[in-house]
Amino acid sequence: MTVTDHTQATADAAHSHGIIPDKSRADRPTSFDVDVFPVPTGREENWRFSAVRDLKPLFADEAADGHLEWTTSDLPEGVSLVEVPVDEAQARSVRAPGDRASAIAAKRSGGAMALTIAANTVVEEPITIDLNGTGGDVRGHLLVEIGQSAEATVVITRTGTARYSELVSVDLKDNSGLNLVLLQQWDEDAVHAGEVVARLGRDSRLRGTVVTLGGKVVRLNTSAAFAGEGASVDLFGLYFADSGQHQEHQLFVDHAVPKCTSRVTYKGALAGKTARSVWIGDVLIRAAAEGTDTYELNRNLVLTDGARADSVPNLEIETGEIEGAGHASATGRFDEEQMFYLRSRGISEEQARKLVVRGFFADLIHEIGVPAVEESLMRQIDLEIAHVEEELENE
Amino acid sequence: MSTLEIRNLHVTVETPEGTKEILKGVDLTINSGETHAIMGPNGSGKSTLAYSIAGHPKYEITEGSVTLDGEDVLEMSVDERAKAGLFLAMQYPVEVPGVSVSNFLRTAKTAIDGEAPKLRTWVKDVKGAMENLRMDPSFGERGVNEGFSGGEKKRHEILQMELLQPKISILDETDSGLDVDALRIVSEGVNRAKDNTGLGVMLITHYTRILRYIKPDYVHVFVNGRVAEEGGPELAERLEAEGYDRYLASA
Ligand SMILES: Nc1ncnc2c1ncn2[C@@H]1O[C@H](COP(=O)(O)OP(=O)(O)OP(=O)(O)O)[C@@H](O)[C@H]1O
Ligand SMILES: [Mg+2]
Repeated sequence: MTVTDHTQATADAAHSHGIIPDKSRADRPTSFDVDVFPVPTGREENWRFSAVRDLKPLFADEAADGHLEWTTSDLPEGVSLVEVPVDEAQARSVRAPGDRASAIAAKRSGGAMALTIAANTVVEEPITIDLNGTGGDVRGHLLVEIGQSAEATVVITRTGTARYSELVSVDLKDNSGLNLVLLQQWDEDAVHAGEVVARLGRDSRLRGTVVTLGGKVVRLNTSAAFAGEGASVDLFGLYFADSGQHQEHQLFVDHAVPKCTSRVTYKGALAGKTARSVWIGDVLIRAAAEGTDTYELNRNLVLTDGARADSVPNLEIETGEIEGAGHASATGRFDEEQMFYLRSRGISEEQARKLVVRGFFADLIHEIGVPAVEESLMRQIDLEIAHVEEELENE
Repeated sequence: MSTLEIRNLHVTVETPEGTKEILKGVDLTINSGETHAIMGPNGSGKSTLAYSIAGHPKYEITEGSVTLDGEDVLEMSVDERAKAGLFLAMQYPVEVPGVSVSNFLRTAKTAIDGEAPKLRTWVKDVKGAMENLRMDPSFGERGVNEGFSGGEKKRHEILQMELLQPKISILDETDSGLDVDALRIVSEGVNRAKDNTGLGVMLITHYTRILRYIKPDYVHVFVNGRVAEEGGPELAERLEAEGYDRYLASA
């Protein structure tokens, strides 16, 4: 079955595109050599919606002076977190960087942190890593390595402020399972460009959740490549952009081998005149990837005038022998009929808006699978909505 | 004892072709305990009347007044009208994905009463009301109207009405699209509310069938944006026999 479903509910301030790039996604260069990537101008395919001007400090191939403060939960047996030198970190990464910011991050990290789960280790409690920035330029390189048949949940929370670029390498050995949650809860002046590259071994399972609420500019580029049959990846994303925030999420799922499944579900809300979000979802089904089953979805909820959401799904299919492939992208204004319905039951405007936005995100939040994170997210979304009320009052 | 009074109500909507007047001077008074059937052909403005009273932003009131016990309803926001005791069971209830029915009901009840209902009695009340309307308890966990069938949506409207206990309820074609069993269940709900709380009802309908289950005290024939004729239950029988042709010819 092949389904290509491209639904678009357009709104005044929203833009959706269905452009197939002229070159295959597979042709993009990857390298640890920074010079392979010229300084982006904003005209490049992968930077054309980016806040290039704000990201500029992250393109400078120079030593960085700042660092992030690490706070880590107690690590159980079978789990280690150690520093490894730059050369070794690059060698252990599942893939070389795909853009200039992450190439510089890998080169200038001063050494990577490697979180390793030994084979057959099942970690029951989430491993939490809090990264707090105190300003300045920071380059980071993180390795997450899940041994064969091991299972773990890792929650990485970024707070404070920094001009931060990073490369996160995620290596899932055969039959392993990882639930990786990346929370961007930066202060409002942080600038963050990250590349998350995952390689999935045979029968492995990755759930990756990205939540971006804070920061001035956040640009996260997640790639998942299947290296063995029978693996599955679920990528979830939740973002909420206010005035002055630019949040960009790019995804690339590379179906290179048969019988793998991918689901991409990203939802965002935007409020405020200059709120901006970008979502680019690339899925490549290579000729060898028979029996692939993939679906990607992006939905945006535009809460106030002036906000702009770009949504670009791309599906490249090189074989006809697939289970299913589809994508959907929809950007809509806040639904006045829903508001009227709730308010006609006595519910105040503010409370009604809260219910609708919570409802919009509810199924996604329940996918995270870490109760503490789910609860705190609901609270943070309430705070975001309270913020929207202020924006509306100031209009 | 409550009274909803509609006087000389004129309402317009914006259309691509310009402003269009839909209600052209409606007069109607509904007291507690009374049931008024509003019957009229498609497009005569029945839903417009219902939405205008509830305060839907699409409709502009250009003339006339609506008061509830002397209070100016048109000055109130949508939620204030509900808190004042008005309820609208919609012809096409809206889906609100991700908001569970039980959360929705509790939030609405809290808003209407100004305080959260006592947990123990509330759970019992909801359970009982759902049983009466033959709604499976699993509906509580589903999204509001999400994937409900037409009949389930209508029962859900009546469920809300029974739990929120308004003074005056406007039922916009609550009977349309229901089979006889569902019609009976929904009608029982309306009659329960009338008996229990002395509810006043504006029963908007296309068909006379529901009037076998909910007895109207008055029947108003609604044509081209105003009440064309008024009478008792016998008027409904006449409409059943003759249809609306008589009014349309003269309109
Ligand atoms: N937003 C709108 N834009 C344009 N026309 C409208 C709008 N809303 C209502 N109308 C028109 O107003 C008239 C009355 O509509 P309304 O829905 O009130 O009728 P009704 O009596 O409830 O009909 P039905 O029996 O089909 O439910 C119709 O001609 C309808 O097309
Ligand atoms: Mg109608």
